[in-house]
Amino acid sequence: MSEPLVFHFDIDGEDFISAGQASIQIKKNLRRIGLDPEIIRRVSIAMYEGEINMVIHAKGGEADVKLYEDRIEIILADKGPGIKNIDEAMQEGFSTASDTIRSLGFGAGMGLPNMKRYSDSMQIDTEIGVGTTVTMVINLA
Amino acid sequence: MKIKDLKELLDAEVFCCEENLGRQIDSACGCDLMSDVLAYVKDQGALLTGLVNPQVVRTAVMMDLICIVFVRSKEPTEDIVELARENGIVVMNTSKRLYEACGILYSNGLTGKVKNS
Repeated sequence: MSEPLVFHFDIDGEDFISAGQASIQIKKNLRRIGLDPEIIRRVSIAMYEGEINMVIHAKGGEADVKLYEDRIEIILADKGPGIKNIDEAMQEGFSTASDTIRSLGFGAGMGLPNMKRYSDSMQIDTEIGVGTTVTMVINLA
Repeated sequence: MKIKDLKELLDAEVFCCEENLGRQIDSACGCDLMSDVLAYVKDQGALLTGLVNPQVVRTAVMMDLICIVFVRSKEPTEDIVELARENGIVVMNTSKRLYEACGILYSNGLTGKVKNS
């Protein structure tokens, strides 16, 4: 099987206002490759929510988008505080974000549910005090 | 309707991408919560909002929206306008409130109906 095409991004966690730049770049890259617009849309939305989450909760991290023949994997890894209760975090409306983040239009407890909504599968590996890695897969077939 | 019709109905001021005023929009949404836009919007042409920060533009890019209207005379900052310009998104503002602006557009045929949902 051929090696995937990999796009790597360091997500700066210092500035919420600039969050989302990697997702915009991914959208441009996938458009250039000529993928189906609906696939591009799902990948970029899922990654955007993840990127926002990393900035809000984990002071940034790293994002890798791997393009295989049959699927796209989005791997978001941070060294943040970890997620205490994944079931709770997956509920729409549950959020630990600050009022400042809410005033900017996010932090309404829709991030992880949206990421799941737009991907075909999503896995969360998290450890308190160590960090969280979210892996999302979007099938191309 | 075309974006220029929306502009006239809302008596709006355009900040960038005037060359795209002739583009067609079939639907719109009014929302201040970007996560809701990311969750529920599909095939919507325009976003009306009272929230003014660059994430509004990035959300619009993600959702393939082609027009952003800031309500209550809110002024977009230069970085917002520049980001929208880079992505071909028409940015405008109107003195009308969100509810009123949405009502005007809706009553003129621009509903929030989503295709294929």
